Amino acid sequence: MIDRLRIPGVGDPVLLALVLLMTGLGIAMIYSAGQVDVQSLATGIWVRQLYWFGVAIVALAAASRFSLRFLEWLAPWAYGVTVLLLVLVFFVGTGPNGSWLELGPGRLQPAEVAKLGTILMLARVMGGAQGPYERLLEFWKPGVITLIPFVLVLLQPDLGSAMIFGALFLAVLFWSGVPLPKIFLLASPGLSLLLGFNWIAWGLGFLIVAACLYVHRLFILEAVAVLLANVFAGALTLRLWDSLADYQRNRLLVFLDPEIDPLGAGWHLIQSKVAIGSGGLIGAGFANGPQKRLAFLPEQHTDFIFSVVGEEFGFIGVLLFLVLFAFLLWRVLQVASSMDDGFGSLIAFCLFAVLLTHIVVNLGMAVGMMPVTGLPLPLLSYGGSFLLVLYAGFGIVQRVAWEA
Amino acid sequence: MKSDNEHRAIRKQRGRWAAGAIFFCLSVVAAGFINLQIFSTELYTLLSSENRLRTISVPAPRGTIYDRYGRVIADNVPGYDVSMLPGPRDSISAGLDRLAERLDLSPARRAALLSRNRERPGEALVVRENANFEQVAFIEERRPRFRRVVVDQRPRRRYPAGSAVAHMIGYVGEISPEELARSEYAGYESGQSIGKTGLEQQYEHRLAGRNGIRYAEVNALGTVVRDLGLAQAQAPVPGEDLHLGIDLDLQMYADSVFPEGMRGGVVALDPHTGEVLLLYSHPTFDPNAFIGGIPLDLWNSLREHPDQPLLDRVSNASYPPGSTWKLVMSAIGMKTTDLTIDTYHTHACSGSLTYYTRRFRCWLSGGHGRLNLSEAIKHSCNVWFYQAGQRIGLDPLLAGVGEFGFGRTTGIDLPSERPGVFPDSRQWYDEELGPGAWTEAVVWNLSIGQGENAQTLLAMAQFYAALGTGGAPVRPHLVRDEMLAQQRVDWTLDLPDIQRRQLVDALARVVNEPGGTAYGSRLARWTLAGKTGTAQNPHGEPHSWFVGFAPAWDPRIVVAAIVEHGHPDGAPSLAVPLASGIVDRHLETLGLPPEATPGIRPVEALTAPAGG
Repeated sequence: MIDRLRIPGVGDPVLLALVLLMTGLGIAMIYSAGQVDVQSLATGIWVRQLYWFGVAIVALAAASRFSLRFLEWLAPWAYGVTVLLLVLVFFVGTGPNGSWLELGPGRLQPAEVAKLGTILMLARVMGGAQGPYERLLEFWKPGVITLIPFVLVLLQPDLGSAMIFGALFLAVLFWSGVPLPKIFLLASPGLSLLLGFNWIAWGLGFLIVAACLYVHRLFILEAVAVLLANVFAGALTLRLWDSLADYQRNRLLVFLDPEIDPLGAGWHLIQSKVAIGSGGLIGAGFANGPQKRLAFLPEQHTDFIFSVVGEEFGFIGVLLFLVLFAFLLWRVLQVASSMDDGFGSLIAFCLFAVLLTHIVVNLGMAVGMMPVTGLPLPLLSYGGSFLLVLYAGFGIVQRVAWEA
Repeated sequence: MKSDNEHRAIRKQRGRWAAGAIFFCLSVVAAGFINLQIFSTELYTLLSSENRLRTISVPAPRGTIYDRYGRVIADNVPGYDVSMLPGPRDSISAGLDRLAERLDLSPARRAALLSRNRERPGEALVVRENANFEQVAFIEERRPRFRRVVVDQRPRRRYPAGSAVAHMIGYVGEISPEELARSEYAGYESGQSIGKTGLEQQYEHRLAGRNGIRYAEVNALGTVVRDLGLAQAQAPVPGEDLHLGIDLDLQMYADSVFPEGMRGGVVALDPHTGEVLLLYSHPTFDPNAFIGGIPLDLWNSLREHPDQPLLDRVSNASYPPGSTWKLVMSAIGMKTTDLTIDTYHTHACSGSLTYYTRRFRCWLSGGHGRLNLSEAIKHSCNVWFYQAGQRIGLDPLLAGVGEFGFGRTTGIDLPSERPGVFPDSRQWYDEELGPGAWTEAVVWNLSIGQGENAQTLLAMAQFYAALGTGGAPVRPHLVRDEMLAQQRVDWTLDLPDIQRRQLVDALARVVNEPGGTAYGSRLARWTLAGKTGTAQNPHGEPHSWFVGFAPAWDPRIVVAAIVEHGHPDGAPSLAVPLASGIVDRHLETLGLPPEATPGIRPVEALTAPAGG
């Protein structure tokens, strides 16, 4: 059966082929993103991505050489180093948000590396967890493990990447078999933070949380803590909102109506929709997208790489990529499902969660369904650190597949 | 503690949920793409085009204007327009700063351009029409600095005969915001040239043609990436040509012989059709100076010059007609009273005539003695015409003048024409001067073309043309056009032909008989008939008039000329030789065979009893 095909020493050959294929397509799209009629940073940058690809392949091969037990031992060290790097960027960071570290020939984004470190640490802590998860307090370890990088990344400030750590926390609980209502209760303060804009919406959410608490009969102190956290989050919403700068608010709001800031944050969304929409069914052809060529499409080699796909290959091309992504996600999920070892299985599922979140948030942004958060599209967007981290992750997943 | 089996079961279940999540999430995203790429693709394709395509107007060449012999009066030569594509105001403003020095943009012009950009932010902004070659080269050599700037080839108006045709042809200039708002200029764009005066204005909609459109592809910075040319766009439709009845040679001749340093005008018509052969006003200006925006100081000096070079003295200025009016009086007298060509009045001319206590003078202080109408015309005797006016009476005079079209426009195809002045009733006097502040003596003044009487050259030419041909009065027109030539005005001479011919004979004597007031300017080959005039005016020396036609018995040209203050006491009247020279030249151009015996000839009809 193809979905259980395993080759010792390699792991899942289908997954490996898929990763290489999509990286190749990604580099082709980055090449196309550089084919513009004006001077652009993106021109020729595909060569750099090719170079990163070479490094990433090595990382993948190396990662797949480590046994799971060794990785489990390594996890706290890896986690510790990544947290250290996240702290370090506050002092020696470069780049637009000061979120990069200069590292010899290239630059490293510690926020990306931290995803891998956190995944390892979460998997080690939760890999042996047996349940039955009666108290919320049982989740303090994964909670703290994700909260530290979450806060550090949020302070950079990089809301998009910070969200990934939140997603990892929920993913770990989900895969460990924690009952969904408990996950919901843990996540509920975050929900209240969103609903806090409207007290009626917040009130309804609060009632649902209360009902959930009544049905699942938590310990009284925890129940009170959850309720208080929801009240606090709801009350905090507007204060937080007021403390944001205009451009930050606009970035969060433009997906509702790009016209509120048509030349600023809305510009990205409008131009992305125009590029995708004008692609129609079959698109303008490889390297020919006029919106991209004439520089109307911003960040065409990073955040909005998929708008180039949409403009140049049309809906047919988009559908092909969506199928490839679905297939990739499914293969990773298969590895997680087929692994009995808790540590290995959790690593695979966490990688799955990171991929899914990135894909949905990035594509949702490209079609204007979600805020502009600046999460790159896995394997397609230009960016060395993310590619390197993904490949290391795939390397470990291959090891998991091989050991399963 | 859970067993491995339990764990497997949980992962199997959660794995299914996660697979469901893949399907659900990607389906939602796919729905977003379907919405954009399948259902809304037309909208976004359009937006994409709007993003990158800028329409640039392609000006249509204005129609060429020819004279009656096909010589060019107005045509087009290639010129360059510098415009800026729409964009953020800051960048337009910065672009103007960069262009300002090279394109001679004054601060006022710069402010005007910016305010136009505010009003019509989506339109290309024409910064300078008719830029010269150095300016265009300057921009093209520094392309990266002038990203939004487009240089267009645009036909530029040219008037080869320049100042000789200025008042008739008018000039073109950039459409003003006020004009742009008017319905007659619907579809015009800012920066476009329109006819401002003269024929350019009168026939704007025939001359203008229709502008075309072409597309330029720009990038996100507004830089023109490529010019898509006229493909898939609209080609301009050139304007219609105009063929005038004007004889350019005659026009140039008038320009060259008009008395130096004097003001005035001259107009000549074909008396049978009303085609204008010549329309010249002096001093004049060069209409070419207006092309591409006239420099402010030149404009001010033209406007404020005491000689008013911009004024068209043919259609837009009225003068007391002086003695040229005496033919109007004669015709009214013959129509409304028993006045004939042979009428002698009670009082012979003794140099003046007294109305109660007021003495009215004749120009010849020694007096003309006893005269009949024919001799009174020949010698231009005022005393005779005072009595003629008295005989006609005020009310019939006022009515009769109106019946000859005076006080109304002639209907020439020029936008600037203004009617002359003549009282239409006693009420006019009551209103203008006040009841009781005037007497019947106004008739006397009116009778010799003075007083409350001011006429345009055109109106006088029109009347003399009717007198000369005996046909229905024509409507003067510049553009040769069957319809206009057939058109007649709303009045007729309504004079028995015998009497008309007697008046023509009298006019012929003015020029061709020794002692006639224009004898010095008679023609060697043809009989010129006409009347001199010396119009008193409050501004200085009398104006010099001449209105006449030739050949007297089959006129081919009627001419009216005035030289302001051109008849000082004791000096020759300047308008007469000017007019006779024009007539002579025109008849020669026509190739008209010389008359065997030009001058006065006995006419059977003249001896027949008048009024019969």
